[in-house]
Amino acid sequence: MDKPAYVYVTYIKAPADKVWQALTDGEVTRKYWFHHRNASDWKVGSAWRHEEYDDPSIVDIVGKVVENDRPNRLVVSWASPKEALDPAKYSRVTYDIVEDRGVTRLTVTHDQLEAGSSMERGITSGWPMVLANLKTYLETGEALPPMKEREEGKWKNVRFG
Amino acid sequence: MAHDLDPVFKALADPTRRRLLDRLHADNGQTLGALCAQLDMTRQAVTKHLAVLEGAHLVVPLRRGREKLHYLNPEPIEAIAERWIGKYERRRVQALRDLKKAIEEEHHG
Repeated sequence: MDKPAYVYVTYIKAPADKVWQALTDGEVTRKYWFHHRNASDWKVGSAWRHEEYDDPSIVDIVGKVVENDRPNRLVVSWASPKEALDPAKYSRVTYDIVEDRGVTRLTVTHDQLEAGSSMERGITSGWPMVLANLKTYLETGEALPPMKEREEGKWKNVRFG
Repeated sequence: MAHDLDPVFKALADPTRRRLLDRLHADNGQTLGALCAQLDMTRQAVTKHLAVLEGAHLVVPLRRGREKLHYLNPEPIEAIAERWIGKYERRRVQALRDLKKAIEEEHHG
C-alpha cells in the first residue's frame, strides 16, 4: 500500500460533532463547499455523491462509505463519475476528527491517488479552499466572502477535481 | 480561532527549514532518516528544525505502522494566502504567473 499522498490538518474552534455534521449534511456543505451537497445515508457500504445543490443531476464526485465512526472517523472512496466504472480510479479520503476542549483537529488524508492524474491536481488545489472555508464557516457562521457570494448565486463554475 | 501566523513566519525565516519543506514538497511523507540523508545533517539538527515546523503546523507527523512520516501541511500557507490575497485575486495571480512563465519559456526556449 502506498503512503498517503495528501494530508491537510486544520484546527477548528467547534465541537467534533459540528465538524462531522459539516462534512455530511448537504444543508451545511452547500454553505462552504462550492454550493454542493454531500449526499448519502453514510452507512458503511452506501453510496455517497458530491453534487450541485440546485441540480443534483450534476455530480462531481462519487464513492462509497468505507467506515463510519461518528463523530471520530469517516472514510469514503472517491472518484470522478466519468471514471466510476474503473475500480483502479478510486482514491480514498479519511476524515479524522479529534476534539480537545472545544477545539477540533480535523485531519483529511487523501490516498490511493493516481500520481500525476487530474484528480490529484484537482484535490491538491481544492482541499485547501474547501477546508479553509469549512473552518471559517464553523467559526464565524459565514464562509469566506467569495464562497458566500457563490452560495448566493453570484458566480458559478468552480469544480472540485 | 484566528490564525496566529507568528510561528509560521518564524519557522519560514530559516533557510534550512525551507529546504526541509522543499524536500517534503518534492516527496511528501518522509521519515526522519530519509530527510537527514537528503540534507546531510545530523538527526538532532533535523529533529530540532522539524519540531519548529510542527509547532507552526507547517509539518504534521503521521504514524504508519512503525514509521513516523512527515507531511507538508498546506493549511498555514493557505491562511497566509487568504489573509493577503483572497480567492478571486489568487486565480488572477496564478493566471498572470502562468502567462509570465509561458512568455519566458518562449523567449529562452
